[in-house]
Amino acid sequence: MMPVVFEKTRGLTDKQTHYCPGCTHGIIHRLVGEVLEEMDVLDNTIGVAPVGCAALAYDYFNCDMNLAAHGRAPAVATGIKRVLPDRTVFAYQGDGDLASIGTAEIVHAAHRGEKITVIFVNNAIYGMTGGQMAPTTLIGQRTTTSPYGRDLSHTGNPIRVSEMLATIDGAAFVERVSVHNPQHVRKAKTAIRNAFVTQQKGLGFSIVEVLSTCPTNWGMTPIDSLTWLKANMIPYYPLGNLRRPEEANHE
Amino acid sequence: MEKVLMKGNEAIGAAAIRGGCAYFFGYPITPQNEIPEYMSRELPKVGGVFLQAESEVAAINMVYGAAGAGARVMTSSSSPGISLKQEGISYIAGAELPCVIVNMMRGGPGLGGIQPGQADYFQATRGGGNGDYRHIVYAPASIQETVDIMMEAFDTADLYRVPVLVLGDGMIGQMMEPVEFREPRKRSLPSKEWTTTGTGGSRSPNIISSLRLDPVQLEELNKRLHAKYAEIEKNETRWESYKTEDAEIVFVSYGTSSRIARNALEILRADGVKAGLIRPVTLWPFPFVAFDELGTSVRALMSVEMSMGQMVDDVRIASNGRWPVGLHGRTGGMVPVQHDVVEAARTFLREVK
Repeated sequence: MMPVVFEKTRGLTDKQTHYCPGCTHGIIHRLVGEVLEEMDVLDNTIGVAPVGCAALAYDYFNCDMNLAAHGRAPAVATGIKRVLPDRTVFAYQGDGDLASIGTAEIVHAAHRGEKITVIFVNNAIYGMTGGQMAPTTLIGQRTTTSPYGRDLSHTGNPIRVSEMLATIDGAAFVERVSVHNPQHVRKAKTAIRNAFVTQQKGLGFSIVEVLSTCPTNWGMTPIDSLTWLKANMIPYYPLGNLRRPEEANHE
Repeated sequence: MEKVLMKGNEAIGAAAIRGGCAYFFGYPITPQNEIPEYMSRELPKVGGVFLQAESEVAAINMVYGAAGAGARVMTSSSSPGISLKQEGISYIAGAELPCVIVNMMRGGPGLGGIQPGQADYFQATRGGGNGDYRHIVYAPASIQETVDIMMEAFDTADLYRVPVLVLGDGMIGQMMEPVEFREPRKRSLPSKEWTTTGTGGSRSPNIISSLRLDPVQLEELNKRLHAKYAEIEKNETRWESYKTEDAEIVFVSYGTSSRIARNALEILRADGVKAGLIRPVTLWPFPFVAFDELGTSVRALMSVEMSMGQMVDDVRIASNGRWPVGLHGRTGGMVPVQHDVVEAARTFLREVK
């Protein structure tokens, strides 16, 4: 009999996801599921799904889940955590949800030092609604509502959420990662783990911004999307840790 | 228990805590600020949590999270703030979460004013949010009734897994009256097996959501909700009929307005005009059945409300062509004056002769 060298994490259900081929939501889901399982907190975790591509994440994470209104996941997670302070509570949000309609909620959850973990998936576009411009869309990037390319003078610059949140004392852990190659997938997992450790130790608010792809709405193959992410997103959204409490260092 | 003199807003806080409320999320707005102030002072003493949210929007979504986690939770606001909560209330209704929301109404539209109003009747009873949902709307007319309702509201919310709205106005919130805290009737409440508190490894995950992408499932959800709403209509409709037995004109009035209508009624009766009053205590479900009990003496109905005429629509539905329906409305923070109500009734009775 062949030895088992890899298993699907118990952190995810067996449901087939609705994500498009090549979309990196699947990888990010797996990392969160693995971390929750490895930290042995899965059965005491409540997740909050956003409105957007990850709305149906409540079917994929193998723990209690809430679906929040658009942008309000940090507020819903706050309500849960205040009632159940000993449980692990996370919100999983996209860039339209978190960086546009939900800016007030994310800033104030961070400001309060709310002891929740937010996984922020930034793919620079509105995926679920068909590829409209997001607050994170890059200058010159074409979307269905910036058909001539995003124009700086018309719509301003893309918002750098991690840098903004890193100015807030309550945001104990802030890191931006990417999942465009295996090396970065591993780094992303470490960051996600450190974010959950920050929560577990009661050190404050934690967020991991994960640069992600949207092959369907970018109009690229999955491989070209990964290349585009590396070439275009990372220069504007530099990777790395922006805030980390000493006690949260897992590795 | 002996009576204590309390301001409406503070009495609401005290009654909520006695009703088991341990969590409050809200945002300041006049004329209800004494509620969050009271809760911020008193909830920590009983092991509860008061949290001032960054907005009414965040507050109602914190309520959503806390209710899903199994807590007895409330928020309070006043008209413009309640407008901001409507999205969240619709989601709470769709996800079938129990909670209590207090609206101390002020004049509108828009920022309006800070004096008492009743112009949120449509929003409260028709659903200010999207979709086919209902929620219970209590409209107390005294501080004692407010307290009684607040102490029971959390049970009612838990029993049906619905949001419950307590609809007062600036007058109810600001005035002081003697109150007594009385235990509500005991209800047999279902256990909360649907909450998201962590599986503990002993059950499959629970999901709290108002999303049903499959239209078959979404219609099913709506049918289930409406079956529940029918139960609520059957069991929870509440009103007071006062001197309607021989009345020729029946005022229909709730909350603060009903107190003025009652005074007008006595003035009319002292002068030989037989007036009565139907005072809805629940605005939804509206006490349509109260009108079926009216006798042949009735010649006219008159809605007395602090709006340009909102509840009057329900009075017309209740009348269903049986009686002419008049309206005496003051709005924008103006409160009806009993003499004007008396005159309006006399004029209307002459018109419908």
